[in-house]
Amino acid sequence: MSTTTNLNIIGLPRDVYKGLPTTLCAGCGHNSITNHLVKALYDFGAQPHRLAKMSGIGCSSKTPAYFVEQAHGFNGLHGRMPSAATGAKLANRDLLVLGISGDGDTASIGLGQFCHMIRRNVDCTYIIENNGCYGLTKGQFSATADAGSKQKNGKINDYAAIDLCGLAIELGATFVARSFSGDGKQLVPLLQAAFAHKGAAVLDVVSPCVTFNDHVGSTKSYAYVKEHDFALHAPDFIMHGKEIEVDYEPGTVQSIELEDGSHVLLRKLHGDYDPTNVMGALGTIHEARERGELVTGLLYVDTKETDLCEREHLSETPLAQLREEDLRLSREEFAKLTTPLA
Amino acid sequence: MPLRRINDFTIRVATVNGSGSQSSNLVLSNAIFRLGIPVAPKNVFPSNIEGLPTWYDIRVTPKGYQCRTREVDVLVALDAQTWREDVAGVKAGGMIVHESTYPVSGETQRDDVTYFAVPFLEMGKKNFPNADLRKYLINMIYVGVVAELLGIDETTVDEAVRTQFRSKPAAVETNMNAVRLGVGYAREHLPKQETFRVERMSGKTEGLLFLDGNRAAALGCIMGGCTVAAWYPITPSSSLCEAFITLAEKYRVDPQTGEKRVAVVQAEDELAAAGIVFGAGWAGARAMTSTSGPGLSLMAEYSGFGYFAEIPGVIFDVQRAGPSTGLPTRTMQGDVAFAYALSHGDTKHIVLLPATVEEAYAFGMEAFDLAERFQTPVFVLSDLDLGMNSWMSRPLQYPEKPFDRGKVLTAQDLAKLDSWGRYRDIDGDGIPYRTLPGTHHENAGFFTRGTGHDEQARYSEDPQTWQRNLDRLTRKHETARQRVPQPIAEEANCSVGIIAYGTTHHAVVEARDILRDDGLGLDYLRVRALPLSPAVADFIERHERVYVAEQNRDGQLYGIMRAELPAHLIARLHSIRHYDGVPIDAHAIAEPIQAAELEPAVVTD
Repeated sequence: MSTTTNLNIIGLPRDVYKGLPTTLCAGCGHNSITNHLVKALYDFGAQPHRLAKMSGIGCSSKTPAYFVEQAHGFNGLHGRMPSAATGAKLANRDLLVLGISGDGDTASIGLGQFCHMIRRNVDCTYIIENNGCYGLTKGQFSATADAGSKQKNGKINDYAAIDLCGLAIELGATFVARSFSGDGKQLVPLLQAAFAHKGAAVLDVVSPCVTFNDHVGSTKSYAYVKEHDFALHAPDFIMHGKEIEVDYEPGTVQSIELEDGSHVLLRKLHGDYDPTNVMGALGTIHEARERGELVTGLLYVDTKETDLCEREHLSETPLAQLREEDLRLSREEFAKLTTPLA
Repeated sequence: MPLRRINDFTIRVATVNGSGSQSSNLVLSNAIFRLGIPVAPKNVFPSNIEGLPTWYDIRVTPKGYQCRTREVDVLVALDAQTWREDVAGVKAGGMIVHESTYPVSGETQRDDVTYFAVPFLEMGKKNFPNADLRKYLINMIYVGVVAELLGIDETTVDEAVRTQFRSKPAAVETNMNAVRLGVGYAREHLPKQETFRVERMSGKTEGLLFLDGNRAAALGCIMGGCTVAAWYPITPSSSLCEAFITLAEKYRVDPQTGEKRVAVVQAEDELAAAGIVFGAGWAGARAMTSTSGPGLSLMAEYSGFGYFAEIPGVIFDVQRAGPSTGLPTRTMQGDVAFAYALSHGDTKHIVLLPATVEEAYAFGMEAFDLAERFQTPVFVLSDLDLGMNSWMSRPLQYPEKPFDRGKVLTAQDLAKLDSWGRYRDIDGDGIPYRTLPGTHHENAGFFTRGTGHDEQARYSEDPQTWQRNLDRLTRKHETARQRVPQPIAEEANCSVGIIAYGTTHHAVVEARDILRDDGLGLDYLRVRALPLSPAVADFIERHERVYVAEQNRDGQLYGIMRAELPAHLIARLHSIRHYDGVPIDAHAIAEPIQAAELEPAVVTD
């Protein structure tokens, strides 16, 4: 390709959305997710300077270094990214906060912060790169490993998996999706919809660990997921202002308008799944689990609920940009407040 | 005829907690303060909501001493559970106002005190049909009784009641009626007493405020431009954030649009509160959290991150008695060493040590400047005594300086630079430059991390790079030594000195007077921050012996001094420690010094 590359809607080439070379294992599902993120951010027209890439600790949490090198990154503490993301968003509500976590980071050490970020509906995209194991410490089970699944050394997991999507919906999450690192066609539109959503958008992306959890007996291997993936729909993301062209059979597509005027189109693959129905979403997750299937797609979305910054009536000007005259009491107010014996 | 004690005695009110006696005691304190007489109230309360014994000491002192005293002259006894020990605690010659059904016999019958029996419960039943209000109003009866016995006029009490109930004016009359019942009973049924009296005075309290440290610190946060506050409720710090919320609701909300220029989050725990603070600090807001010891333990993880990734944030620690859950409602200076080195690895923090309400305000404000100037967590270590008790204070000063936002590169700055390095020390002071997320320039971004990094914020495991970075952080800490609030010295060429910090100051003030009366002059240096100023070593250099007084078991500041000062100075230090959970009094300092300096005895540390 020549240097006259294509530019996205804000006039930037795709290279701007790339980052440093990955240091993860060759074939790691996380690298695929990074590539899908690059495409999604490019397609979405994200402004690099407004992007806050935040993460915790683990293989997944290294990945913010591998995309949009220009953007600010925050590789924080194990399981504690949601609180930092909350603070960053409150400080500057203009930021597009993108959190990258893993299953250890979210489902074990960070479960509390994950829950409370959802409860507050912090406007961010929260991706869990879920491989069912601790890669960086060499393959121990995580809390999302399915009961009965086998570790590389032959150990069987006795404990039930925490289903992060089911949990998120139960906690009142306003955008919950599940996908697979190997399915860019599904993941890229879901990511864009998550960026457009105002509120906490949780994406649980199964992402095989090729080094420690890609063997027979693992339920997070490439082979297992490909065989058991049960996609609810094939999503498309339509940017605000673009005309929606529907060439599907009437009644086979559900269009959901997101808060910024963009749309996510869900071409139905199975039945009449309605992602705005919370009971239906929970039921579908439970039923799929009983059948041993991994249900993927946009599981639940609520575009009505207000996000944290709105609920707190934060000023349009980011708090970080306010100055003395906005923040201090006037001399008169101060004198009145601190008058002796007042 | 006993010695008359005009404006110089201590009242102890013994009640059960949850009965609203705090309001009554504040009314009494405030009324005496309004007469121009210095008061120092100390609330010694249980970690409980209702039904356990609680004591409130109001020290009335013409000299204006603000520390606790061990002596009780006037007892108001309204707790049957503690009646015996309360009677025993009164100094000979004292007076006891008590519920008339309490037995005065055996142990409780003393011939060196005067009893004033009042049928509080009966009067309550008779006059206050509303059982819910009764227990509160009974407490206002004793305000009336005590006011009449001590000679506080009704107008002054009325003003104090109005101050206390300024947010609910409807309660003023109900409470004043209860006060008048007490006054009336005392006039009609109790003998006059002339031993303990208050008389209006002047020259001591004019222009002074009567305020608790937590509210002062909250005002400091507002004036310091704090826009993000995250907290988890914990005694004794909760009232700091609650006062911040009250002020923010009044002064940070646009009256037209309802838009807020502040965000307050009650977090799921203290670690998350710290995470919100450093996330906000990273993104450019001035952010704070307030906590106490147990919360500080949880914040260790993020504090180390803030230190190493170099992110501003302010953490108030209103210290209580530890270790562990300890005594949640008792005071201590027990977190000094912990806060100074909070988190694993080599960490050294900036720690401010306010002693007064004025400093709680001023340091509360300055902490934000220091945090942004040094791009690091700043700890403000108050304690329960300063935070929750009301103190006389000099007026708070309106800030004359703009915020110091530190070394922040804007898009315009970046346009003039070919390159920059987030952790590069350009100025030799150890403080690098940073950019804020949202800065519209292609070179603005960098990768903040708690892992090893080079000057460009890139991951690095290189030994030299790692050590170079740690050395720069030390350089930054050394720069802070001169920039943090410097010690205050009071010297008169004495050969013996004393060093103290925080609320221990108030006991030192009185202890120096006691020792002066014994013929022993004591020079004084009050440390106001860590890292230690070079002035500390200079002070010790000028003295043969220096006592270090503090409110913890292990002599924590003494330990820090031993670790950091030259060896020849360490031998001059002698540690004085107080750690029973109640605020230190003057004798806890004067007695060991008397023993060592006035008699041929050896004090060991």
